[in-house]
Amino acid sequence: MENQTERWLTYKDASAEALLMAMEKDENVFLIGEGADHINGIGGQCLPAIRKFPERVIDTPLSENGLTGFCIGAALNGMRPVLIHQRDDFMLLAMDQMFNQAAQLRYASGGRHKVPLTILSFIARRPGEGVTHSHSLQSIFAHFPGIKVGMPATAMDAKGMLLRAIFDDDPVIILEHRHNPLYEQKGSVPEPYFETPLTSQIQFSGEDITIVTVSIALLDAVNAGHELSGGDRISSEIIDLRWLRPLDIEPIIKSVKKTKKLLVVDTGWKSCSISSEIVALVAEQAHGYLQCPPRRITLPDAPCPASQYLEPLYHPNPEMIIRAVEEMVK
Amino acid sequence: MGTNELWELYFEMLRIRMVEERLTDWCNLKLVNAPVHLSIGQEAVAVGIMAALNPEDKIISGHRCHAHYLAKGGDLKKMFAEILGKATGCCKGKGGTMHLFDDEAGHVISAPLVAASISFAVGLALSFKMKGENKVAVAFFGDGAVEEGIFWESVNFASVFHLPVLFVCENNLYATHSHILQRQPSENITERVGPHKINAHRISDGNNVLLVKEVAKAKVELVRKGQPCFIEACTYRLREHWGVGEDWDLGYRSREEGEKWMEKSPLKQAERTLTNHISTPEELCSKIKKMEEKIKKEIDEAEEFAFNSPQPPKEDLLSEVG
Repeated sequence: MENQTERWLTYKDASAEALLMAMEKDENVFLIGEGADHINGIGGQCLPAIRKFPERVIDTPLSENGLTGFCIGAALNGMRPVLIHQRDDFMLLAMDQMFNQAAQLRYASGGRHKVPLTILSFIARRPGEGVTHSHSLQSIFAHFPGIKVGMPATAMDAKGMLLRAIFDDDPVIILEHRHNPLYEQKGSVPEPYFETPLTSQIQFSGEDITIVTVSIALLDAVNAGHELSGGDRISSEIIDLRWLRPLDIEPIIKSVKKTKKLLVVDTGWKSCSISSEIVALVAEQAHGYLQCPPRRITLPDAPCPASQYLEPLYHPNPEMIIRAVEEMVK
Repeated sequence: MGTNELWELYFEMLRIRMVEERLTDWCNLKLVNAPVHLSIGQEAVAVGIMAALNPEDKIISGHRCHAHYLAKGGDLKKMFAEILGKATGCCKGKGGTMHLFDDEAGHVISAPLVAASISFAVGLALSFKMKGENKVAVAFFGDGAVEEGIFWESVNFASVFHLPVLFVCENNLYATHSHILQRQPSENITERVGPHKINAHRISDGNNVLLVKEVAKAKVELVRKGQPCFIEACTYRLREHWGVGEDWDLGYRSREEGEKWMEKSPLKQAERTLTNHISTPEELCSKIKKMEEKIKKEIDEAEEFAFNSPQPPKEDLLSEVG
């Protein structure tokens, strides 16, 4: 519902605005990545920054691990680099620099070195992309102390979380989701500078079940929630996790104590994952409150197929959520 | 080259040697709970390169970082305390022997794993260029590091962006226990770096401190103009890969090979040159003895500081995680 007090932007434009705003605020902020300075590079997300600060948008050789190290070096001299990878799959090439180095240097230097590095990347989800272009790798990244991991699921957070990341004094990974219902979807985004706090967010209050969502799973849960609140009259409390590290578990525990049921919906795999972590924490902190076993909707335990016939079967969808909720709330 | 200049360089090398000999004593007394990587035999590279830098130039190093730290002017007390895991160490005891750094001295950081920190020097150089700072970044690493992809990513990037960075490879022939010819097509690394439009130079006697300094001065001048350079200094590690003992018994290299390098170790070479410029051997001995006394005093004081320093408090376990 557009009105005069609210400004509506797409998720993508909100993120682009954050990049530009950060560069306006601090001359030490620069964007660097493969194709970062192309007009249509990074989905056009760097375009406002390219127009205003061309000297601070750096196109690079294809060297993901090296680039991460270059950014660490620049950060050690007071810069605030935003390293952009076109897909999070490429981040696997930079694991050493991200986790052996960036995540540990503050600790290993007794707090004297800060690495204010932002790593911005994207989860793609399109037919034909196949096994190496559609990963959702957030759970691996969130394993390491010393580096924050955020996944915006609204246009507002696409701006606020990115600004929070860029002006954090420690390394932060931001994984945006490129799937179109989210990426091109408009939401209310305040015009001035703001940062999203390091907390999870109750997007809808409800009584019958707690649904914790990661990234774009929020949209599926919201669609499912609308459906369920109709004929079935099931009221879902939907919590957008936003940050995997630090993990803000308190609102989830509180919600589960109220609803007595937990469903986690993630865009990644199930084993050793953020969904495992949330269920484990709820088991540790709210075990006696649960009226039925917690459930998880995630990717199946297989790589992502390229075929347009198989790929749609691969991802979580609202129907899966509706089915699970109906079984849990009888 | 003036004799005074060589005496100054000799002093720096002797200081590094004596510090590491003291660490050897500590390790033999089981006072150190850490894998120290000694630079004994390789001191000329650190000292020669550092002599060509300005104080505001910045260096990074890897796991074998003691010599670089000391030659750049790193605080000995903080180094000793760090190696002993004390709260007064340069990393408050949390980094250890492989993470030595001293910001004030311009030693920005040391970081294992092999080759990882080379990229930091490139990033420093990028930031110097972006901020318009007239500084040079120097990366120190070994011959094994050039087998890592990130070394070539670093060289390529520095070349394309004309960054003020000097790559210094201490080619000591062995990566842990593997000879370079088991790992690379030739012992000459320089010939493979040059084609990246990096000004690359091989110093076949990297234990000759005057030679290292002379080459470094010429290269640093180029680096300041935006021409990245690479220096390969051929040298030899006289101790085991980590630890303080000799390791001729392991069979991966021979004592005969080691003895040849001992003869041309940085200190011995410098002593021979100095002998030619001094009236009697006794005069040389007496001058060296005076230096040793001065250094011993500094080491004793630093040792006392480190031994008497407090342990890190328990709450440090979980502090500064980020």
